[in-house]
Amino acid sequence: MPLLELKDLTVSYGRIEAVRGISLTVDEGELVTLIGANGAGKTTTMRAISGVRPLARGSVHFDGKDIARVKAHERVLQGIVQAPEGRGVFPGMTVLENLEMGCYARTFPTKAAHDEVLEHVLELFPRLRERKDQLGGTLSGGEQQMVAIGRALMARPRLLLLDEPSMGLAPLVIQQIFRIISEINGEGTTILLVEQNAQQALSRSHRAYILETGEVVKTGPGTELLADPAVKQAYLGVA
Amino acid sequence: MSALVLAGGQVLADGVIDFNVGALGRNFWSLTVSGLTYGSIYALVAVGYTLVYGVLRLINFAHSEIFMLGMFGQYATLMLLGFNPSGDVFQQGVLLTIVFLGVAMVGGMAVSGGAAVVLERVAYRPLRRRGAPALVFLITAIGASFVIQEFVHFVLPKLTGNALGGVNAQQPIRLVQPSTQFELFGANVTNVDLVIVVAALALAFAVDRFVNATKFGRGIRAVAQDPVTATLMGVSRERIIVLTFLVGGMLAGAAALLYTLRVPSGVIYSGGFILGLKAFSAAVLGGIGNLRGALLGGLLLGVMELYGQALFGTEWRDVVAFVLLILVLMFRPTGILGESLGKARA
Repeated sequence: MPLLELKDLTVSYGRIEAVRGISLTVDEGELVTLIGANGAGKTTTMRAISGVRPLARGSVHFDGKDIARVKAHERVLQGIVQAPEGRGVFPGMTVLENLEMGCYARTFPTKAAHDEVLEHVLELFPRLRERKDQLGGTLSGGEQQMVAIGRALMARPRLLLLDEPSMGLAPLVIQQIFRIISEINGEGTTILLVEQNAQQALSRSHRAYILETGEVVKTGPGTELLADPAVKQAYLGVA
Repeated sequence: MSALVLAGGQVLADGVIDFNVGALGRNFWSLTVSGLTYGSIYALVAVGYTLVYGVLRLINFAHSEIFMLGMFGQYATLMLLGFNPSGDVFQQGVLLTIVFLGVAMVGGMAVSGGAAVVLERVAYRPLRRRGAPALVFLITAIGASFVIQEFVHFVLPKLTGNALGGVNAQQPIRLVQPSTQFELFGANVTNVDLVIVVAALALAFAVDRFVNATKFGRGIRAVAQDPVTATLMGVSRERIIVLTFLVGGMLAGAAALLYTLRVPSGVIYSGGFILGLKAFSAAVLGGIGNLRGALLGGLLLGVMELYGQALFGTEWRDVVAFVLLILVLMFRPTGILGESLGKARA
């Protein structure tokens, strides 16, 4: 049984269908990527999974249960946690307060358990430890992305949704962020990743789906898609 | 000098406006003390405007009526405690008086807090469900303000056998006879001044800690700064909205009790309007959406208004308050401290 299963997912903005009947699955422990150009419906799909965008048709099953009626903030409790597009760092909160927002709903049984997870996040992102009292709005893009991922980890997600973590970052920082994503997945956290940086994302994912104008046009193992001539041409800039 | 003399000897507004610098200078410290007490009250009410604005981008114009209901709340509480409205001062001894004031304050806070939550539930939540535009919220706020006033004006007397509400102000219940406790730079500081300032400081400190250092406060700030991401963190926006109305309402209720100490002239259905407008101005003055700005703006407005009153004459007091607001906004459109609850929601 897959951890996440979308069946015929359709999401519309007014009369425009941004996502048209997507079906996909993510198994426990997998790193799955959604690749697509701007406007392909990637972010809309993520928002629908998190519940901040209503479905027009289709279903979202998490852990075997239909969660269509579960409110967005309650989905966090079930373990669906998202680091949103544009990072969504709270600008007027310190780095530490931002991280604490991650476990707003999923509180820890003991202070020790809390400290352990926080310590783990700060080990993944040593930069955040240096900046822990700095306001979110004053961080660089890379640091903000670290806050966004670290904050999501504070909720101990069963399914981590990462929406374009590489957006607007310098190549070196992108490398670093992707390394950490692999590391988090290696520790057993299931990840659904949305990316435009196909090279990095595909080479690191177990499987991938390619989205074009709201529909899945191709799917397969990451490395296989990486070798696909059509994919190469469309997403990797190789003629 | 009691008139505006233009170049060429033309006299404007003779006898209408004074420039009594002497009065301001002579009474500077007593005006300051008095202004701080009014300012503390504005500050507490202003917090309600600013918090709700922070999470909803809504100017809750009915907040002045929440304050007015708090005046009735503390009044009713005192009646239930057995005080008979007579306008005379009850002599209870210091300790007992403080206890009664405390209970009355809790009564005012309960009524105002409860009313604010009901207001949110009845007036604003249905609009949010339907995704109404901002203007509709604003008009609803003004409408709700009238509804609450007229409720106290016409309905409340029928419900209470004419004990509360109605056209005329109720006889005040006075627990404290103002008496000078000590002098500060030649200004008399009364027991009433002390109670107001100390209580307001304690409440301001409490609400500041609540918003800046507790989990629920963090939830309020998260919704103010980025509502969608807050939801993704598991924050229920609806619950946070109710919470902000509750906190803002409770502070207005507490302010209502302090106000009846400052101005012991009885409670009336129209008694919240001007004060609410001033508190709203105070919130804008300090930077609406900014908690500390609201507190600072309240104190500043209270003091400046009394300086203005001494300088220009009593009837110019309200004018001074609003001219000050306009002047500050001309040079700092986001208020003195700027917007911080929802800071840089880029």
